[in-house]
Amino acid sequence: MNLFLEAIAWILEPANWQGQRSIPVRIGEHLFYTVLAVLAASIIAIPLGWLIGHTGKGREIAVGISGAARALPSFGLLFLFVMIAGVLLRGPSAVLVLVLLAIPPILAGAYAGLEVIDRRVIDAARAMGMTEWQILWRVEVPLGLPLLMGGLRSGTLQVVATAVLAAFVNLGGLGLPIVEGIALRDYDRMLGAAILIIALALLLDALFAVLERYAVPRGVRARRAPELRTTAPRRRAAAGTPATT
Amino acid sequence: MIEFRSISKTFPGGTTAVDDFSLVIPSHRTTVFVGSSGCGKTTLLRMINRMVDASSGDLEIDGENVARIDPVRLRRRIGYVMQNSGLLPHRTVIDNIATVPRLNGVARTVAHARALQLMDTVGLDRLMADRYPSQLSGGQQQRVGVARGLAVDPNILLMDEPFGAVDPIVRAELQQELLRLQRELGKTVVFVTHDIDEAFLLGDQVVILEKGARIAQKGTPAEILANPASDFVASFIGADRGKRALSIREIDGARVVVDADGTVAGRLVEAGPS
Repeated sequence: MNLFLEAIAWILEPANWQGQRSIPVRIGEHLFYTVLAVLAASIIAIPLGWLIGHTGKGREIAVGISGAARALPSFGLLFLFVMIAGVLLRGPSAVLVLVLLAIPPILAGAYAGLEVIDRRVIDAARAMGMTEWQILWRVEVPLGLPLLMGGLRSGTLQVVATAVLAAFVNLGGLGLPIVEGIALRDYDRMLGAAILIIALALLLDALFAVLERYAVPRGVRARRAPELRTTAPRRRAAAGTPATT
Repeated sequence: MIEFRSISKTFPGGTTAVDDFSLVIPSHRTTVFVGSSGCGKTTLLRMINRMVDASSGDLEIDGENVARIDPVRLRRRIGYVMQNSGLLPHRTVIDNIATVPRLNGVARTVAHARALQLMDTVGLDRLMADRYPSQLSGGQQQRVGVARGLAVDPNILLMDEPFGAVDPIVRAELQQELLRLQRELGKTVVFVTHDIDEAFLLGDQVVILEKGARIAQKGTPAEILANPASDFVASFIGADRGKRALSIREIDGARVVVDADGTVAGRLVEAGPS
C-alpha cells in the first residue's frame, strides 16, 4: 500500500508538473502518438472496411490479415522498423507500429457495422433508386456507426497501452518515466506513470462509451411508444434534424 | 403497358429462375403473379425495375426497353413495396415517405407536405409523421411502405408480398385499402403473392406460375375459376375443395349454397343486373 501512496505522491509532486520533462508534457506526447496513430489507421481502415462491408467482397482476406496483425509482437516490430529505417526515422517507425496495431479493430468495426444491417433495408434503398454512393452514405454509414465507434474504441485503447513503447526508442510519452524508473530503480516513478497510463486509458474508454451511445441512430434506439401523443414533441425531427445525433 | 418478351433468367450457379416468359401487363390494372415459393414470381417482378437483369429476352415499359434505361432513373419512377416494408430504421415516417422525392431534388418542405397528404391517402394518422418505424405496428409499417411507393406518383407500382408478414385481420384491412386506393389512383400494379385468395381478390389479371415461371394459366379470376386449364391450376386454386367447391342444396323449397365442408355459404337469389 505504501508503494501506491508513494506513487501517487510522485504524481502529485508539484515539481513533476513543471518544465520540459514534466508529467503534462509526457501525457501530451502520449496523446499525440495515440491520436496520430488512430487517425492514420482510420484513414486506411474505415474506407477499406466500408468497401468490404458494402460489396461483401474481400471479407476473408480482411479477417485473415487482421488476425495476423493482432498476433504481431509490437515490441519486436518496433525495433525491426527502427533498424530498417534508421534511428532518424524512429518517430515514424513507432507510429507505424501503433497504426498496424490499430488497423484490425477499426477495420473490423467498419465492415461489421455494415454487415449487420438488415439486407432488406439495403435492398429497399436500392429498389427506391438510391445510387450505391447514396446507399453507403445515407443508409449504411449511419446504421453502421455504433459498431465503428466500438472498433475505434478498442483500437484507441490498444494504442494507448502500447504507446509506452515509444519511450524505448527515446520518443518520450508516459513510457519514459517507466524506462527511467527501471534504470534508476525508482519504483514510485514507474508505478506513478503506470497509474497515469491506466487513468488515461479509462478516460478515453469513457469518452468512447459516450460517443458510442450517441452514434446509435435515434430510430434504432427508439422502441414502440406506449401511446400516440396528442402533441408532437419531436416536431424538430420532422423539420429535418438528421436522425443521427 | 409492360411487356415481357421471351425473358429468361439463369442465375450464376446454374439455376434457371425464369424460362422463356412472355406476358403483356396492361396499364391501370392490377396484375397478380401467384405461385409457390421458388417459382420465379419475385424474379419477374424485380426485372421490371432492373433489380434483376434478364439473361435473355426483352422487357419493355410503354415501348421502351428497360435495358437501355439507367437503373437508378428507372427505379425512381417506379414505386416498390416489399414484405416487411424495408423502411429505413434511422429515419422518421415522414422522411421515409419523402425519400425518393428528396433524392430527385424536391425541396424538403414540398416533399414533406406531399408526404403528409400521402399519409392521409393510405390511412395513417398524421401524428405518426415524426415516429420511427420501430415504433409502429406491422400494419402501420406496411402503410408507410405503400405511401413511400406512391411518393413520386409513379405510373407503376410493384408490390412484392406486401401483406405477407401481417396478421390475417390487418391483411384483410390492407387488401381492402389497396382496392380502394386502386379505384382512386388507377396505377399499373404488379403484385406478387403465394396466396391465391389474395390474388383473386386484388387481381384484374391473375397469372398462375409453375416452376421456372412457366405460365400455368392467366386470365381474370372468374375465367380461371370457371375453367382451370390443368390439374395443377385446379389443385392450386382449390377448385375441387373447401370454400371454392360450392353446391346447391334445397331446404324447405329455398335453395342454399354450401361449400365442400358442408358449411352454408349463402342463399341462391336471382342475379341482379351487373
